[in-house]
Amino acid sequence: MNAVPVNYYIILSAILFTIGALGVLIRRNALVIFMSIELMLNAANLALVAFSSANAQLDGQIFVFFIMTVAAAEVAVGLALIVAVFRTKKSIDVDQINVLKG
Amino acid sequence: MTVFIILALVAIITALGMLISRNAVYSALFLVLNFATVAVFYLLLGAPFIAITQVTVYAGAIMVLFLFVIMLLGTDELEDTDNLTWQRPLAIGLAVVLVVEGIYLMLSQNTLGFITTPSEDLGSPQAIGDMLFSKYLLPFEATSILLLVAMVGAIVLTVKNKKGEQS
Amino acid sequence: MNQADFYSLLPIIVLTTWSALLLIVDLFIDDKKKGITAVLAAAGLALTMGLTLSQTGQTVIGFNGMVILDGFSTFVNTLLLFSGLMAISVAYGYIKRRGIERGEYYSLILFSIVGMMLMAQARDLIVVFIALEMLSIPLYVLAAIDNSNAKSEEAGIKYFLLGAFSGGFVVYGVALVFGATGSTAFAEIAASIATGNAETLLVLAGAALILVGFGFKVGAVPFQMWTPDVYEGAPTSVTAFMAAGAKIAGFSALMRVFATAFPDIAVDIAPVLAVIAALTMIVGNVAAIAQKNIKRMLAYSSIAHAGYILMAFAAFANPALRDDAISAGIFYLVAYAITSFGTWAIVISLEKEDGKGLAIEDYAGLGRTKPLMAAAMTIFMLSLTGIPPTLGLIGKLYLFRVVVEAQFMWLALIGILTSLISAYYYLRVIVIMYMKEGEPETVSESWLTFTWGAMAVLTVVLSLIPASLFAWASGALMK
Repeated sequence: MNAVPVNYYIILSAILFTIGALGVLIRRNALVIFMSIELMLNAANLALVAFSSANAQLDGQIFVFFIMTVAAAEVAVGLALIVAVFRTKKSIDVDQINVLKG
Repeated sequence: MTVFIILALVAIITALGMLISRNAVYSALFLVLNFATVAVFYLLLGAPFIAITQVTVYAGAIMVLFLFVIMLLGTDELEDTDNLTWQRPLAIGLAVVLVVEGIYLMLSQNTLGFITTPSEDLGSPQAIGDMLFSKYLLPFEATSILLLVAMVGAIVLTVKNKKGEQS
Repeated sequence: MNQADFYSLLPIIVLTTWSALLLIVDLFIDDKKKGITAVLAAAGLALTMGLTLSQTGQTVIGFNGMVILDGFSTFVNTLLLFSGLMAISVAYGYIKRRGIERGEYYSLILFSIVGMMLMAQARDLIVVFIALEMLSIPLYVLAAIDNSNAKSEEAGIKYFLLGAFSGGFVVYGVALVFGATGSTAFAEIAASIATGNAETLLVLAGAALILVGFGFKVGAVPFQMWTPDVYEGAPTSVTAFMAAGAKIAGFSALMRVFATAFPDIAVDIAPVLAVIAALTMIVGNVAAIAQKNIKRMLAYSSIAHAGYILMAFAAFANPALRDDAISAGIFYLVAYAITSFGTWAIVISLEKEDGKGLAIEDYAGLGRTKPLMAAAMTIFMLSLTGIPPTLGLIGKLYLFRVVVEAQFMWLALIGILTSLISAYYYLRVIVIMYMKEGEPETVSESWLTFTWGAMAVLTVVLSLIPASLFAWASGALMK
């Protein structure tokens, strides 16, 4: 396999991160927003693993492991919240969740 | 290099697919594909343990949970309301500018090095286990508390209050 | 792992064990006697506070450099535990009244404080990230704990989505910093930057992203939009805890990260932070004027106060002033925590079961019917404005002094001008209380009365002897 500059990996991860952030900003479905956040975390993970291999340091991979655990915990709470909101509001469109003036 | 470019294109296209799909189920499936592609990247980068975790935790557990909730709520066909008309092009425009600028900056300096053939034992499960239980013992223990808190939190949210039961 | 490791985290370990046991003990407590859980939770906090205070003046690095026990962490942890005690004291009667009383409420508050304390002691970005999530997840749940009320659920989901979003920024920032410096430990990051081995561009981008992430948490402009909605929708007792606890933890982490990991790029970042601080003060204070709901008004006020604390970071550019800036910042946090808990206790006293009684107009006539409560509210409003004889004034004085010494005259000027603007809406509450006729209904509940009474006394008494408190804050140095 030919050598790939680390820069390329970082550019890829930056693109994925931006797509994720864009998803949070332009989508209105709470579930899709949440998926976009997962994509952002994933982009960060890719950058961490790339740096980890480039520096021959394992620390980056350990961090990725922790991020995955935290993401799992977040998903458990987040989906419980979304289900609870749906039960009272019958909608998960963040524009219709607007009792508060926002 | 060719492998990288093909995979990178797949990753970007699946991410955009998730962003654009009107149907939440399609979004979720695109995201699963994206996660799988990233897992292949991890293998190329010499991180087999992380790659396997990525597939089992992200693609396997998290996304299945997402799909489960989408199906449960029946919100797969939710139409986006269009009262953000001016913000949307603005956000996309800004994002494009940001990405182009980032790419330019990153390409203009090439001091970060190359990834050649990753060494075999760097990301091996044994090496990761050794580190988790020595240097990173505290974060490891802290995540166990975090998972407990998340579990308690999820249960608290789903069990209705007494007030709710009466009404 | 050895004894020193355990000792460095002893209060946190005790509190974690206590809260986990509380979850189990709570199962055996009858639904009608949940007050016992509250008392047990408070006892745990008091015990932990005792342990924390017994560690005053010691410096121990534990768990392979992951955490540190030093003057700063002791001070901040004591303040956090105090906030926890106050949060339980204001919640005790309120959650019973709203019908949302559950044993888990108290356990979640304790777990959140564990996360906050870990954050204050963190010496590695990995620990910062995990602590951030550990303090946030219970807060998401607590904001939505009234799950038959659409407002509370809405607050929960908004807080969650924006919190997770900001978490993404923190993670990406950490990734870039790791890439540039090859480490996540504060000391090694600083060393790598100092020797010039690090990619400056990546470090700056990473630091900026971490700042964005924490900016969301503390409610700094332009990431403040969630604050009013979440503060209004969440049960008031949770809002009170969020306003004080999350701010203390967020700012203490920011201070430690920027003072120990990025000291050499502080010069580049200080002007940016000064602009953010100025904008935060202006937006918070101006938006607060138009508010009719007291919870929303206090939400904007909390944004404005985040701006005042952010001023301290502008002084970071000058290494000689760094310690002064940190002391002024945490002193202001003490003043803000005391005043804000007192204010929220009074807001809770006037809030009715159905969520009415939250308009500022509902305070009309309080001066006549409840002279003591009105007097306490007057003290808090004066303290939030920064008028003597209150703690708020002393806090502002220390902050302005350090900002002026750091040659940010324009920033100090904006701080003073926005304080004048804020006088308008704080004093309006006082005017309505005393000048307008009305029959406000209040709830007398002994713990609430204790909270606002004690906080009012502290606000005045501590302002008369600020030197000793400030001496303690100045001793709270980072090692």
